[in-house]
Amino acid sequence: MTAPLIGRRTFLKVGLAGSLMLASVGRVGAATADEEAALLAAISAALLAGMLPAAASARTQALNDTVAGVRHAVAGLSPSTQKEIAELFSLLGFPLARRFLAGVSAPWAEARTEDVAAFLENWRHSRYSLLQTAYGALHDLVLGAWYARPEHWAAIGYPGTPEIF
Amino acid sequence: MTDPQPRQQRDPLREGLAAGWKHIDASTLQADTLLEADVAIIGSGAGGGVAAELLSHAGLKVILVEEGPLMMTSDFRMHEAEAYPQLYQESAARKTVDKAITILQGRCVGGSTTVNWTSSFRTPPTTLAFWQEALGLQQLSVESMAPWFAAMEHRLGIRPWPVEPNANNGLLAQGAEKIGVPVHGIPRNVRGCWNLGYCGMGCPVGAKQSMLVTTIPAALSRGAVLISRLRAERLIFSPQQRIIGLKGRAMQPDGVRAGRISVRIRARHFVLAGGAVGSPALLLRSQAPDPHGLLGRRTFLHPTVVSAGVFEQRVEGYAGAPQTIYSDHYLEQFPVDGPLGFKLETPPLHPVLYSTTLQGFGEVHADKMRDFPHAQVLIALLRDGFHRESRGGRVRLRSDGSPALDYPLNEVFWEAARRALLAMAEIQFAAGAQRVTPVHEGTLGYASWAEAQRGIAALPLKPLACRVVSAHVMGGCAMGDTPVRGVVDQRGRHFQIENLTICDGSIFPTSIGANPQLSIYGLAARNISLLAAELQNRPAPAIP
Repeated sequence: MTAPLIGRRTFLKVGLAGSLMLASVGRVGAATADEEAALLAAISAALLAGMLPAAASARTQALNDTVAGVRHAVAGLSPSTQKEIAELFSLLGFPLARRFLAGVSAPWAEARTEDVAAFLENWRHSRYSLLQTAYGALHDLVLGAWYARPEHWAAIGYPGTPEIF
Repeated sequence: MTDPQPRQQRDPLREGLAAGWKHIDASTLQADTLLEADVAIIGSGAGGGVAAELLSHAGLKVILVEEGPLMMTSDFRMHEAEAYPQLYQESAARKTVDKAITILQGRCVGGSTTVNWTSSFRTPPTTLAFWQEALGLQQLSVESMAPWFAAMEHRLGIRPWPVEPNANNGLLAQGAEKIGVPVHGIPRNVRGCWNLGYCGMGCPVGAKQSMLVTTIPAALSRGAVLISRLRAERLIFSPQQRIIGLKGRAMQPDGVRAGRISVRIRARHFVLAGGAVGSPALLLRSQAPDPHGLLGRRTFLHPTVVSAGVFEQRVEGYAGAPQTIYSDHYLEQFPVDGPLGFKLETPPLHPVLYSTTLQGFGEVHADKMRDFPHAQVLIALLRDGFHRESRGGRVRLRSDGSPALDYPLNEVFWEAARRALLAMAEIQFAAGAQRVTPVHEGTLGYASWAEAQRGIAALPLKPLACRVVSAHVMGGCAMGDTPVRGVVDQRGRHFQIENLTICDGSIFPTSIGANPQLSIYGLAARNISLLAAELQNRPAPAIP
């Protein structure tokens, strides 16, 4: 399996638009908590496809728990890493960045899981280490938050911690 | 298998504290504080723990400083979600500057000894010979170090593991033997081990002979003072370049940020044991003398690549002692300074560690996770620091004073990483794997050894595409025979700072080529025995 080739147009998008948007993030400010929750839920839905429950209410609850788990995990990182993660979330919460850097046209709350998955796959194999590391952070935060929870262990056949006390 | 023991575990450290041993949780201090001691020890891991026991045993007044929290045997509940934020640096997600290497490093009382997987190897003869011949460290021979290793093996219950390996380790042995690769058992530092498999989250039964249950209680019982959640911010120097004090800052209860309360510690002598990231970082923040530009340089990691196999039978890599079988076959193929060799071991498998390490996402990742009980994982720890082009990394400071480790992965590394991925796949298929997946973004795995050979040969090995991890940080304050070649001498004494001993993995001039805890214990026992005699004006012990 080889990484998808990224064409010249994407390079321009990332090179020009990316740096413009990164520069403007500071000015537009951080995403609101709701915006951040919406983007994290959309990204989690793509990363966790195949594990999420089908029923709408259970799915929503599972995604909410995952978003809370991601935030809890971020709070345990070093201040410098927390700052980087906050910048990443702000960038993704910025509509122009979502549209042109991630390639997701609909707002996060309405985004189709296939489109979010395509964005993640692009960043995963990006030639730009900045996007690769952003994908890596999302991968580790979301999957870590999911599999930290005992209610998700039965699906992978993990019996849980032994009873000793 | 497991020793029958009463359900109510004793926790001697908790009992001792209740009986009056001195521990200060700096995050609870309400006012700035000044403390005095004969010796201040910074860091409570393998080096700091041994130093605390030996110095307090010698009758010296000791203060032991730790940035992480004091979590005890009876606190450990084997949950990754609790253990990683509580017990590890940066929630077990510390990374190199380019984020290509994830580093597991302890940050709690006991340091990495509280969370390591118990593997206990003496410094390999090849490594000591290289230090003697190529680096001029004449005093450190197999013979001269043997009594120190023996003493620490005795102290920490280190002996061959008498129990059948778990299936994860057993398959390493079976596969390796099928292709003629010799394997051996790993000595472990345990007493009364229950064979649970959760060493990485703090031993819940106090069996692992970490510093938390051995040297630190011994030091506290002799009057040493432990201060947890105190960040060592900077060392204060006299005009004569003697250290006159340590300025520490109490951590906030979140354990992430330092607060406003300061703690100053005055002492005659300072022992620095903050690990190979923390120790050079403290010296850099303190603008310590570094006339030859060696501080923070040549930091080594045993950079490690990972291979996941799936077997028809259940493997249950989460259960049982995590590391009991190893092979040094691929360390011995080439001269020590030739193409990089690697040590083969296994890691424990737990849901968070496994799911975040495994590449990909969505349905593909979910499918691989459903194989979790059938997964068998091998790791190859590359021996860095011996080849001319294997120069390791460098610890620098960020603008906020926190350490950043830059570790470029070069061609010499990737050439060895490819051999390692091949070797692991060959062993896993020989052991009967149905599928083997190198942890790399560019593959979904292979169904046969022939397919794996072709696939791995063609994999683009690059940072961020190929997962690289480390649990062993070494170097940055290297020993040398002269000040031009080292930050400290062969006794760990700083060449320019008269009252400073460095006593952790940062003094290794190369990587060790084996899990480093016993190398740190042995060298610490030797160097601190010499220091204790000097500080007490006693004759130094006869050292070969």
